Amino acid sequence: MERHFQRDLEQLKSNVIKMGSLVEQNLADALEAVLKNDATTASKVISADGAVNKMEIEIDNGVVDLLALQQPVASDLRLILAIQKINNDLERIGDHAVNIAESAYRLVETPQEEPLLEIPNMAKIAKEMFQQALDAFIHLNAQLAQSVLESDDRMDALNRGMNSQVIRMIKKDQKTLEGGLELLRISRNLERVADLTTNIAEEVIFHTQARIVKHHATEKG
Amino acid sequence: MLTQDAPPSAEPRMKITAKDVHCYFGPVHAIKGITFAMPEHSVVAIIGPSGCGKSTFLRSINRMHELVPNSRITGTLALDGEDIYGMDAVVVRKRIGMVFQKPNPFPTMSIFDNVAAGLRMNGMRDKKRITEIVERSLQQAALWNEVKDSLSKSGVSLSGGQQQRLCIARTLAVSPEVILMDEPASALDPISTAKIEELIYELKKEYTIAIVTHNMQQAARVSDHTAFFYMGELVEYDVTKKIFTVPAKKQTEDYITGRFG
Repeated sequence: MERHFQRDLEQLKSNVIKMGSLVEQNLADALEAVLKNDATTASKVISADGAVNKMEIEIDNGVVDLLALQQPVASDLRLILAIQKINNDLERIGDHAVNIAESAYRLVETPQEEPLLEIPNMAKIAKEMFQQALDAFIHLNAQLAQSVLESDDRMDALNRGMNSQVIRMIKKDQKTLEGGLELLRISRNLERVADLTTNIAEEVIFHTQARIVKHHATEKG
Repeated sequence: MLTQDAPPSAEPRMKITAKDVHCYFGPVHAIKGITFAMPEHSVVAIIGPSGCGKSTFLRSINRMHELVPNSRITGTLALDGEDIYGMDAVVVRKRIGMVFQKPNPFPTMSIFDNVAAGLRMNGMRDKKRITEIVERSLQQAALWNEVKDSLSKSGVSLSGGQQQRLCIARTLAVSPEVILMDEPASALDPISTAKIEELIYELKKEYTIAIVTHNMQQAARVSDHTAFFYMGELVEYDVTKKIFTVPAKKQTEDYITGRFG
């Protein structure tokens, strides 16, 4: 006899996946707005964030319901705890997508078009990492989650590289100051997206293998 | 942040309503003015410490309280708006079935006869009809697959959990509208308990259920509404989620968090 708790837990997980897809789309749109210099797509991202926030509250309530009423244990408990954190991570990635869209909006209005430097590369990696983290959660695949963790270092390096490249660009031509600052904001937001995506992957590992890998924790007896 | 569930668009029909119900055992005033209503097709859990009157209240609903010598009851209890104490007690107990703490199949009867007993007692003689109802009741009680090949075996040959589901099947056979359960899983192991809880969840689609339980987690898992009784009084009655996340009364909070006394 299947427990109705299992159905409720599956429903909660499927709501997280839905929210993940929504955030994935918003992030992709925000990056497209930057890469194609497209204010309309940027506006779309800003107005779509309300749906993400609404889902966050809905999932929060679902977590409280299951914790308070069903006394979950073992892998069920770890999944619910992971969902609670992933929910928070997804909402914040949604906020970073909005920040990126706002930068895209401002970039459209800057008088001159700056080179995007490492942004296209970072955008590609961030999207891939996010997609992999979400897939790892959907299929509870710890191996895939592990590969997300490995990509984060590349993003950190690219973000640091952006700082020096933008400084050089502004020094060379002061008219790029405004646009350069927006590029740094986008870079910083993408770096945060990668961090939060890494958190999601860490939660998948915690749920599937009961291993804590955040803060480079190592397993000791 | 916690948000309260939105109120349902249509008011649910109230199956059982209690108004200022008092129960006495001789000079002992066991239930002190209980007023509340049980929505149809839902599960209401009654929780509270030993001696708080929860079982007495349950037994007053199907007129079992009056079987105790020197007992007395005042106030109003209604089934679909009709005064339970103005009805024939036998009819009340047919419409409001009861499952007890200890599984109590009739020891001399087979599994089949245990379920058929109530039908035969009510004068049903049509064997085909009886067979149909026995099968349906065992299926509803999630026991059919385990006993379909051994219906002629004694009811007491089953495990404790199966015996309790047999008793539920026996209750269902006479088509009650309400099922009262007094600690139905407290004598069972965790797997059998989970089966009974799942069964309760399924049965509420067709029946209205009141369950008395010492196990607060069980109340949380199976019920839609929870009533907290203390010293014969109803301290708090609300949606189960609210009782277990943001109870309105400190006494309820203290009881469910184990800080009582």
